[in-house]
Amino acid sequence: MLSIKNLHASIDGKEILRGINLEIKAGEVHAIMGPNGSGKSTLSAVLAGRSEYEVTEGEIIYNGINLLELEAEDRAREGIFLAFQYPIEIPGVSNINFLKTAIGEIRAYKGLEPLAAKEFLTLMKEKQKLVEIDKALISRSINEGFSGGEKKRNEIFQMAMLEPKLSILDETDSGLDIDALRIVANGVNKLKSKDNATIVITHYQRLLDYIIPDVVHVLYNGKIVKTGPKELALELEEKGYDFIKEVEEVEA
Amino acid sequence: MNEVLEQKLSTEYKYGFVTDFEADNAPKGLNEDIIRFISAKKKEPEWMLDYRLTAFRHWITMKEPDWAHVSYQKPDFQDIIYYSAPKPKKVLNSLDEVDPELLKTFQKLGISILEQERLTGVESRIALDIIVDSVSVSTTYKETLAEKGIIFCSFGEAIQEHPELVQKYMSSVVPYTDNFYAALNSAVFTDGTFCYIPKGVRCPMELSTYFRIEAAGTGQFERTLIIADEDSYVSYLEGCTAPMRDENQLHAAVVELVAHKDAQIKYSTVQNWYPGDKDGKGGIFNFVTKRGICLEENSKISWTQVETGSAITWKYPSVILKGDNSIGEFYSVALTNNYQQADTGTKMIHIGKNTKSTIISKGISAGYSNNSYRGLVRIGKGADNARNFSQCDSLLMTDQCGAHTFPYIEIKNNTAIVEHEATTSKIGEDQLFYCKQRGIDNEKAIGLIVNGYCKDVLSQLPMEFAVEAQKLLEVSLEGSVG
Repeated sequence: MLSIKNLHASIDGKEILRGINLEIKAGEVHAIMGPNGSGKSTLSAVLAGRSEYEVTEGEIIYNGINLLELEAEDRAREGIFLAFQYPIEIPGVSNINFLKTAIGEIRAYKGLEPLAAKEFLTLMKEKQKLVEIDKALISRSINEGFSGGEKKRNEIFQMAMLEPKLSILDETDSGLDIDALRIVANGVNKLKSKDNATIVITHYQRLLDYIIPDVVHVLYNGKIVKTGPKELALELEEKGYDFIKEVEEVEA
Repeated sequence: MNEVLEQKLSTEYKYGFVTDFEADNAPKGLNEDIIRFISAKKKEPEWMLDYRLTAFRHWITMKEPDWAHVSYQKPDFQDIIYYSAPKPKKVLNSLDEVDPELLKTFQKLGISILEQERLTGVESRIALDIIVDSVSVSTTYKETLAEKGIIFCSFGEAIQEHPELVQKYMSSVVPYTDNFYAALNSAVFTDGTFCYIPKGVRCPMELSTYFRIEAAGTGQFERTLIIADEDSYVSYLEGCTAPMRDENQLHAAVVELVAHKDAQIKYSTVQNWYPGDKDGKGGIFNFVTKRGICLEENSKISWTQVETGSAITWKYPSVILKGDNSIGEFYSVALTNNYQQADTGTKMIHIGKNTKSTIISKGISAGYSNNSYRGLVRIGKGADNARNFSQCDSLLMTDQCGAHTFPYIEIKNNTAIVEHEATTSKIGEDQLFYCKQRGIDNEKAIGLIVNGYCKDVLSQLPMEFAVEAQKLLEVSLEGSVG
C-alpha cells in the first residue's frame, strides 16, 4: 500500500528526514517510535502534504500513485488520514457541517453523488456509537473548547466518518488519561480491516498495549534505525532510547 | 496560490450588466431649480419642497467630512444627475406590467425565484418594493398588508397618501442638519420606502426592498422611514446590487427607524454593490446615514448588516435608546477585498434607564483593502444601569490589507457597565491545512472558516438571507488568501 524509498525532507533548509525507507501492506499496523526531535511528526506531515516541508530526495508510492505529486486535499481524498497531534480549532464551524463538506468533497473526487442528509445522519449515528463519542461534541464547533481527550476522540470520530485507507495517528496518546486512551484505542481497533493500514506514531509503549502493532520501527535522527516485531517496543521501554542512540553511534 | 488569485480576481463582477430603457433625466448639477424640478416631477406638496430647499441651503454651508479612514477623489456634486426615472408608459400595478427589460434585470439579479413563486401563485412570505433609479416601480403584497393596516409603499406615495405620518416622523431621527450626506439626501432624495406598522400588529412577512443603481452617472438618494407603533413588530430586508460602471457612483441614503412602546424593528441588509475592479477603478461610494430611535420603553431595534460591496463604505447604523428598558443591537460583517475601503460601525446612545446594547462586528480584509470599525457607546447622565457589550473582531486574509478599530466610549453615569472586546487574527495556515487534510480544498476551506467566524452575525439574518449572505462571502473571497 505504501512504499517510502530514501525519503529526505527539510524545513527552512534544515534536513529532518535523512533517508527513510518504509514498506506497509494493507491490513498492517506499524508503530513508529523515537525520541523527541527524531522526525516522527515531520514524517506524518510530509505524508499528509504540508507545504512547509520540502522533499529533497526519495519517493513515496501510495497504491501505485506518486504521492508527492498530489496536493494535500487530493491525498486526503485518496484515503490518507492524519489524526493530528494538536487538533485545530475552527470557531463557528460545526463538526457536522465540516464532515458533511469533507465527505461531499471526497465523494465528488471519486465521481460519486453527495450523501443524502438521511444517509449522512445514519452514518454519523453509527460511527458515533462505534468510537463512543458524546453526541453533544459532534454538533459543537470543531474542537472549540474541547478538552485534550475530547479533541483526540474527535479525531478518531472523523477518521471513522471518512473511512480512510491509510491512517496516521500522530501522538494520539499524548495528553490522554488511561480511560480516554482505552476508548481511543478501541475506536482504532474497530476501524481496522484487512483493506486498510495504520501508522501509529508514539513516544511511549503504553498505547501499543491497546493497539497491537505488526511491526515496530525506531526513528532516530531522521532515519529508521531499527525494525522489529511488537516486542521491540517493550525492549525500548525497558532500556530507553539511549540504547538506540548507542547502537546508532557504534554503527556510525 | 498566486495563479489562483489572478484567475479568480479576473472573474467579472457577476452582476455587471446594463439595461437599456429610456430614462427621464434631470440635467446634470445641483441648484434650487433642480430641486424644484425633482419636486415638481414628483408632484409634491409645498411643505415637501420647502423641506428640500431648507436642507439644500444648509447643505451648501457644509463641508464633506474627512475624518473617516478612507481616501478617495471627492465627487463633483455638479457632475451628477439627480433625477432619472424610467419613463412610465402607464401606472404599474403589478410586475406583469413592468418593462420586460426591467424584468430581465431582476432575473439577472436573482430575484427571479421570488418572481416565479409569485407568478405560479406560490405564497412567498416576502413583500418586495423594487426601486430602480430612484423611482419605486412596483410594490407587491400591498393588499395583504393593508388588511392588517400596515402601510408599505414608496416614499413618494407616502408623501401623497400619508402626509401626516411623513411630516410627523421624517427627519425626526436623522435631521437634515445631521451630516453632509444626510443634508444632501434631504434636498434631492427621489424615492425610497415607507413603512408603518400599526399598534399591536405583528407584520406577517419579511418586508423587502431591492435597490439598484442603473443609469450611468446617476447618484441614488433614497430614503427609508419605518415606524413601528406600540407593541408591533416588523422585520425588514434590504438587498442591493449595482451594475458595472467605470466612474464611481455616489449613493447617499438616509434610513430612519422609529420604535414606539414595546415595539420591535429588525433591519437586515446585504450589500453587494459593485466594489470596483481589481485595480480599484470604479465602484460605488456608499455614504449612508442609518439611525433608529427606541422612542419609548421596552422597545427594541436591531441592525444586521453583511457588507461585501462598494468601493467605499461609510456607514454607522445607530440606535438612540431613549425609552427605559429599550434594547439596541448591531450585528455586522464587513468584507473588503482588492482596493475596497470600509469605515463602518455603530453608535449606541443610551439615554433611558436600564437600556442595553450589543455590538458584534466582524471585519474581514483581503487583497489591499482597508477595513475599519468605528463605534461610539455613549451613556448619558440619566441612563442608570445601562449596559453595553461590544465585540469587534478583525480577520486578515493577506499581509497587504489593513484592519483598524476605533472604539469611542463616553460614560456620564457611574452605574453603567460597558465591556469591549477586540481581536485581530490572520487566517490560519493550520486551519487551512486541517481542512485540506480532510479533503476540503483551499476555496471551500476559506468559505467554511470565514462563515464560521461570522456565524454570530449570520445567525441573526432571516433564513433565506443568511444562505445568500454565506454564498456572497464565499464568492467575494475567492482566491483572496495570500
